This record gives sequence, structure tokens and C-alpha cells, in this order.
Amino acid sequence: MSEAPRLLFVEGLNKSYGGVHAVRNVSFSVAPGEILALIGPNGAGKTTCFNMLNGQTPADSGRVVLRGQDISGKQPREVWRLGVGRTFQITATYSSMTVRENVQVALISFQSKLFSMLNATQRFANDEADRLLGLVGMEGYAARPCGELAYGDLKRLELAIALANDPKLLLMDEPTAGMAPRERVELMRLTAQIAREKEIGVLFTEHDMDVVFEHADRIIVLNRGAIISEGSPDQVRNDPQVKAVYLGDGLVFGHAEAHA
Amino acid sequence: MGFYIVQFLTGLASASALFLVASGLSIIFGVTRIVNFAHGAFYMLGAYVAFTLTERLSGAFGFWGGIVLAALAVAIIGVLVEMLLLRRIYSSPELFQLLATFGLTLMVEDLVVLIWGPDDLLGRRAPGFRGAVEMFGQNVPSYDLFMIVLGPVVLGILWLLFHRTRWGILVRAATQDRDMVAALGVNQKWLFTSVFGAGVFLAALGGALQIPRDAVHHALDLRIIVEVFVVVVIGGLGSITGAFVAAVLVAELNAFGILVFPKISIILVFLVMAVVLIVRPWGLFGKPEAAARKTPGLSVRPWQPLSQNERIAFAVGVVLAALLPLIAGNYALAVGAEIAIFVIFAASLHFLMSVGGLASFGHAAYFGLGAYGVAFLAKIAGLPMIVCLALGPLLGLFGAAIFGFFAIQLSGVYFAMLTLAFAQIVWSIAFQWVPVTGGDNGILSIWPETWAAGPARFYWLSLAVAVAVVGLLRVIVFSPFGYALRGTRDSLLRSESIGIDAKRIQWTAFVIAGTAAGIGGSLFAYLKGSVFPDNIGIGLSVDALVMVLLGGVETVSGAVVGAIVFKALSIWLVSQTDWSKLILGGVIVLIVVAFPKGIVGMIETWRARSDAPSSKSAALAASQPEGAE
Repeated sequence: MSEAPRLLFVEGLNKSYGGVHAVRNVSFSVAPGEILALIGPNGAGKTTCFNMLNGQTPADSGRVVLRGQDISGKQPREVWRLGVGRTFQITATYSSMTVRENVQVALISFQSKLFSMLNATQRFANDEADRLLGLVGMEGYAARPCGELAYGDLKRLELAIALANDPKLLLMDEPTAGMAPRERVELMRLTAQIAREKEIGVLFTEHDMDVVFEHADRIIVLNRGAIISEGSPDQVRNDPQVKAVYLGDGLVFGHAEAHA
Repeated sequence: MGFYIVQFLTGLASASALFLVASGLSIIFGVTRIVNFAHGAFYMLGAYVAFTLTERLSGAFGFWGGIVLAALAVAIIGVLVEMLLLRRIYSSPELFQLLATFGLTLMVEDLVVLIWGPDDLLGRRAPGFRGAVEMFGQNVPSYDLFMIVLGPVVLGILWLLFHRTRWGILVRAATQDRDMVAALGVNQKWLFTSVFGAGVFLAALGGALQIPRDAVHHALDLRIIVEVFVVVVIGGLGSITGAFVAAVLVAELNAFGILVFPKISIILVFLVMAVVLIVRPWGLFGKPEAAARKTPGLSVRPWQPLSQNERIAFAVGVVLAALLPLIAGNYALAVGAEIAIFVIFAASLHFLMSVGGLASFGHAAYFGLGAYGVAFLAKIAGLPMIVCLALGPLLGLFGAAIFGFFAIQLSGVYFAMLTLAFAQIVWSIAFQWVPVTGGDNGILSIWPETWAAGPARFYWLSLAVAVAVVGLLRVIVFSPFGYALRGTRDSLLRSESIGIDAKRIQWTAFVIAGTAAGIGGSLFAYLKGSVFPDNIGIGLSVDALVMVLLGGVETVSGAVVGAIVFKALSIWLVSQTDWSKLILGGVIVLIVVAFPKGIVGMIETWRARSDAPSSKSAALAASQPEGAE
């Protein structure tokens, strides 16, 4: 497909729920440092795709290969250990802990200290946790109870958590949903910067077309579970099939958000 | 051959009664999402009321009319309970609902003794079904045959009710999605009330129909509720077909289990339940449950290790407690030792329930196993006390490792029911395996050696162990493991996606909690000088839950405070009144409805509120330089 070394390689993914083909025969790949957007209207199969990549949902058929290793059928926690970080469409954080503690738990897991019982977490990897929070601009929130955070801040916290295991691939399901427009741009700029620096591949789904066309290196368009278009933002923007099937009229592209 | 067929028919007859009660529980759960612990109490009430009515009313009509009237009367009581109590706690965490309905059960247990007296009551035979029918050379009571027919008939009526009436369709819709039903303009309040009334009617009918077969007594409630829990765990909560199939299965296993393992027939049921849970964790006909409800509004602020001042206060408290023998008499010291032991017990449950989010309703199993462990080692092996104390809790550890493995496959109400059933199994073994455990007579004269003998020494020993265990558990709460465990409680999804094997963490926590409870139990054996099946009983499991609840589920030190207050109060209460269950049940209901945060939770809320204005600005000020660094 491309000359660049592949980080993630997905081949022939299928999933149906009863009679509904949520995902059909989806194949694509992600290169290190590449930012790939997965877009499509509601119900196109984006989240199902995501869930199959990290093992949340078992695929009916198909292969997921991460850095040469077949990870199909592995549990989410095993996939994470192989270097895949993930954020959720609806944030999943530990509401009874502080912001820093949320990151610390991820670091504890990463350093295989989950069964350490006699040390104090308070003194565990504080600097590393604060560095990660600094990366997403949340150093001032470290001691705040996570349950008090605004939704946009929770999204940034999820990014910090996802970076805790030094991932090779980031899966971000609607990373900017629920954020203010300026926050969206900042978060994606930040993600892009981290990805380029550390050669992390990023796969994200998004409804905000501004975000998608500004930050994605490449775009895959899903409709009814199948890939209908793939290429650079310009290619996708001008793909008549995308216009016809997905957008209806091409005017939406570029300016406004597609509230699909 | 004939004998086996007759045994099979007896099993079917028992299955019908079991099905009536279990289907009621299932219907109520399906719509209201409440596991009605008081279901056994309504069953028992049905039997008592039917006893009185069938004695008063004469003739065939009197008997059958009395049965139906009894079920209706109890259903009306159920409706009142729903309107006055349950409506207040529909949005509470499951634990609170289970506890509130358990509180009701306690109250009913004392009330039936108040009204009908403590003796077993033998009811009338059913008119028209007094004799026996000869089948395969054996006599089968004709009433059994009536019951065998009744089960499928009720199943059929329920099916018609749910598929052919407007009410039934609403109930089925609400079982699938009650928010949607509410959005469609259905008056949820009355739907819930009518469903609860119908479920209670079935339970009471099941109880009333038992009077020709069985004596009526005031322990019927717990016996039936455990069996019903086993039935719904196997069949799947919310499924009436599942309740029917599982009721037949369980009743037949009981009928034939007695032939295979006369002493410990319940083992067979347990094995089947274990297999079902491994293959289909949500029962044969059940559906996976949505994630358990969080405890909104109960958490005060993120847990923190003790500050310097709090540490000093804690140390002063321990020193003061250690000085008690200087002023207190022997009785007070015995009470003090008992309180210290229950602090251990409550803290162990707190670890599992508050930190791990796994509310065990059978934690006494591991307490009791620790006690029996000591008894075996001391009486049978004749080992020295210190060795017994060190090794006795291992029995709790083994029990927790085995049962915990199965229990953690489930969560929420299923976890609660399963742990309760496990505890009841351990209790049955202790009760039935007379040659080893002494059965009801227990194992006697386990006395401490001289170094720990005497009220003062034993008090110090208990206090020292309690401080050590509570301290160690607290260290674990704030260790990486403790955070990982709390993480699995807060968000399973997040935990799995950062590489945490939630099941292994929870299993480990279960074993830790079981071992700590076992330590409490082994001290308890020496305190009382004996062990009895009661040390494993449901009553003790619920005491532990109430201690944690009273102190504050969402706090770190709630268990300790709760245990001290609860134990002191209950010892005093038992010495003052014969109706302690009635009062205790009332207290539980009151806490759940009025003080869900518990003692420590309320204190923390006051503290947070009183320094809220200053702390907020302080936090803001503090965050600035932190950000700049």
C-alpha cells in the first residue's frame, strides 16, 4: 500500500450484530508518526472498528497486526501492553481519585507494580505523572478530584493516561467531542506534535470536519461499515463518492461542522 | 425404580413452591431492578397468615379461600412497603436496597414471633388432598400431585398475563427499558407498585401453599431466600422461564442429592451452580446486567492517607484503649475484646466492599472458617495457641480463594447473592457434618493459654491484632494494589484499557479480605471458647455490612468507627430487650433512607463544608505556583 514501514496493519475486518453488518471487509494501515482519521456518519462503524482494534469487541473475521505481531483476539489489556493507548468517546476515568492519581494508576500498571502492597502510591512516580499532565497542559489540576473536572479536561486527562505506557499507537475515539472550539484545535495540535516527535501513529474518529481536515495526514471514509474512500484530505475532499454518499452537498466541507 | 420415580415427583412438588417464590423475585427485579431480600419474609408471612385464616375459616372453601386471602393480604402489605420505603431508594446503590429489604426481613422475623409465638405451627391438611395415591408400589401424597400440576399452571397464567394483557406488555417493556417506558407516558410509580404487589403475592402464595406440607416457623424466610437466590442465579434474574427450569433443577438436585450425599446434599447444588456460572455467568436464561450504579452523592472527597495530626490522634486512641484494663472490669474487657475482633471483621469487609466495590453478603463464611480452623487445630491436632492463631485463618484464606474465584466472575447483585449462597453452603456443612464439626453442638472448650488467658491479656491481644490488621489493610488501600483495586471499582473499562487484569486484582482482594476475616474469627473462637455454625450465619454477615454502612461506605475509616458503635450498641441492646432484631432492622432501614453517608461520611461532609470557602481559594492559589514549576 505504502512504502513507509507499517505500524498497524488491518486486513479484512468484519463484524455483524444479528443481521446488521456493522463493519465489512475493512482493511487499512497506519505508519509511525502518521495521523489517520476515520470518519463517517453515525452508525458507519467507526467505534466498532476501534473496539475491534484493541480487543474490546471480538471481530467475526479479519486480522489486526501490530508491528508484525498478530494481535487479533487479544484482550484489551494485552493489546495495551504491546503499546496501544486508547481514549474513549465517553470518557472513562477513576472518579474517586485525583487527576494525578489517575495517571499514576496507569504508570503503576505500566511498570508492573499492580501487586505492590506495602508502598505508598503517594510517592509513586509523581514526577512522571506530572510530566504527562504537563504534556497535555494540566499540571495545575494534579491535585483536583477527577470527579470535578469539566468534560474537556477529562478528555485531556485521558490523553495523558493514554501516553503513560509510551505507546506506539494511539486510538482516540472522538477526542474533541464536548470541547470548546479553541480547546479542540489545541488538543489536536498537541496530539499531532507529540505524535510527530515520538513517532506515534494516531488513529482517530471525529465528527468535527475542521479538526479532521486540519490535522489528519490521511483520511478513511466509512459508510455503512465499508470503506468508500481513502486518501489525503484533498483527495477525500474532492471525491465525488464521498460528496454523494456521505455529505450530500460538498459545501459543508471546509467551513462548517458536519453535525452528522 | 419406583422409589426413584416417587423421589422425582417429590422433587417436582417442591419445585412448584420454589418456582412461585423465585418468579415473584424475578418479576420484581426485572422491572424495579431491586433484589428483594424481604421476599423470604413475605413467603413466611404468607404461611403464617394462611395458617391463621385456614384455622378460622371452615370447610373446603375456608381452606382454599384462606390461602388466597392470605396471599392477597400479604400483597397489600407489600404494596405499602413499596410505597413507603422502596420508592425512596429506587435510585440508591444496590447495596442499600439489599440492606433495606434485609432490615425488613429482620423486623418481620421478630414480628411473627411477637404475633404467633416462637413454636412451630402445624397447619391443616388441604381438603380433597388429604390422602395418598399409590404409584409404583409407593405412597405419594395427593397434595404433592396437586403442587406438581400447580407449577406449570402458574407458569401458563403468568405467560398469558405478560403476553395478553396491557399491564403485562408494559411490564415486559419496562423490563427491557424502563426509561423508554417512562418517556412514553406510562405512570412508572404505579407500574412499579403493581409489579411489586404481584411479586409479593406470588411469594406469599408459595408460603401459604406450603402449610399442608411443612410446619410454619420463624426461620422459614432465610431458608427459602437462599434457595431462591440459588434458583435465580442459575435461571437468570428477570426470566420467568429461567426461574421455572432452575427451580425444577434445584429441587431435583436436592431430592436426589440426599440419596447420594445424605450429609452434605447441598454440595451438589453448589457444583451445578458453579458450572452454570462458568459457562453462562448470567444464568441459563438471563441477560448480562448493565454496570452497577455508582454511589452518587456519597463520596466526600478523594481518599487521603492520614495527616500528621490524624496519626497522632489515632495513636492516642490506641494508647487510651490499651489503658482500659486499668479502669474496666472483666465484663467490660470481654466486650472490648469482642469489639476489637469485630473491628477486624468490619475492616476486612470494608476492604472488599468500599475499596473493591464488591459487596459481599456472605463475609461471615471466612470469619467462621477462621474460627473453625482454630478449633480443628486446637482440639484435633492439639497445637499450641500461637500456632493455631497463625494457621487458623488459612482456612478462611482457602475458602476465600475457592469461593472468591467464582464470585468475582460476577458483579453487583449477582455477586451479593452468590456470596450469600456460598456462606450458606459453608454454614450447612458446619451444621450437617456432625462427626467433624459437631453440628449444632459446635466445638467446645477452646481456651487461650496462660499468656493470653484472663480478660486483660486477651483484650490486649485482640487490640494488638486489630491495630495490626487495620493498619496493614490501610497501608494496602493506599498502595499501588489498593489504587488498582479502587480503579476496577471506578471504571472497569478504563482498567482493562490500561493493562489491568481486573479479575486477578479482585480475586486477590477477596483472598486478602477473607484471610483478614479469618484472623478475626480465630480470635473469636478463643474469646468465646467455642465455635458454632452461627459464626458463619447470615446474621453475622449482615452485621458486618451494617457496621461498614453505619461508619460510612465511602470513607476509609468508616468500618472501624462503625464496628465500635454498632457492636457496643447491639451488645447493650441485647441485654435490654428481647426484640433486638426488630430494633436492628429498623435502624438499618433508617440509616439507608436517612443517613446513607454514615457517621464518618457525615463528619467529613461537615468538615468539608466548614472549610470549603477557605480551601477553595487555597487550592486555586496552590495550583498556580505548582503550574509554574
